[in-house]
Amino acid sequence: MSIAWDAFTPWSSLAGGVLIGLSAALLILGSGRVAGISGIVGGLLKPGGPDTTWRLAFLGGLLVAPLLWRLFAALPEAQPVAGGGMLVVAGLLVGIGTRYGSGCTSGHGVCGLSRLSPRSLVATLAFMGAGFATVYVVRHLLGA
Amino acid sequence: MQALIALVAGLLFGIGLLMSGMANPTKVVGFLDLAGNWDPSLALVMAGAIGAALPAFTLAKARRQCWAGCDVALPTATRIDAPLLLGSLAFGVGWGLAGYCPGPALVSLTMGSMTAVVFVAAMIAGMAIHALLTRPRSPA
Repeated sequence: MSIAWDAFTPWSSLAGGVLIGLSAALLILGSGRVAGISGIVGGLLKPGGPDTTWRLAFLGGLLVAPLLWRLFAALPEAQPVAGGGMLVVAGLLVGIGTRYGSGCTSGHGVCGLSRLSPRSLVATLAFMGAGFATVYVVRHLLGA
Repeated sequence: MQALIALVAGLLFGIGLLMSGMANPTKVVGFLDLAGNWDPSLALVMAGAIGAALPAFTLAKARRQCWAGCDVALPTATRIDAPLLLGSLAFGVGWGLAGYCPGPALVSLTMGSMTAVVFVAAMIAGMAIHALLTRPRSPA
């Protein structure tokens, strides 16, 4: 391992993380709900599911964020790493996996760890471990 | 009121994702590439987020009502079971393949990324498959 110091963005990443944490804090104290993105979207897919209004409002805010950002500054760089069929496979795995696993980086990673849930700690270790292993296989064994 | 708070929270979340670098799949995979040229930035995203959210969740556990007057709905599941583990592992594989987790993928939709459109369509299809497979059966 070597550290990619040229790519390292400690301050913007820390500041962005604090905003994400404040968002989760606002949602749990203000609206009494957990800011788990996969759960918020997944809940909309169940016919007659509860809490449709706040779910749509939260997703609306999420989707408006880049539009608002662009009024003041250029959008940050975003380079894709996968295309075509790989993207579809990855999307399906993320969709099915986060629903069976009851959460993703936000629900388990941010909110679950913040409420000291052992279940979320296990889930976070599992998806982080799988992410590390996948990138290792793709980049260093298959050389893609 | 609950919806207005959720709208502001969503906006804040989206800006946080953009600022942190989470909306750039190459940066995400750079963090997941432990054996390569490792970019530790995203560990700081998690540290910042937990640092800011932990006091709020500690407070929320002691409260029954939210500011908008609604109930505080904290998750009640505690079992560490096969769906939790296998689902999380599958999610991690997909995350490593594309560099997108659900929040950043959704935010990227309005950044004008066709890649994100394809990914989100597949992700929602995956969630719909789960909803179909786990829907409560009507009594025969």
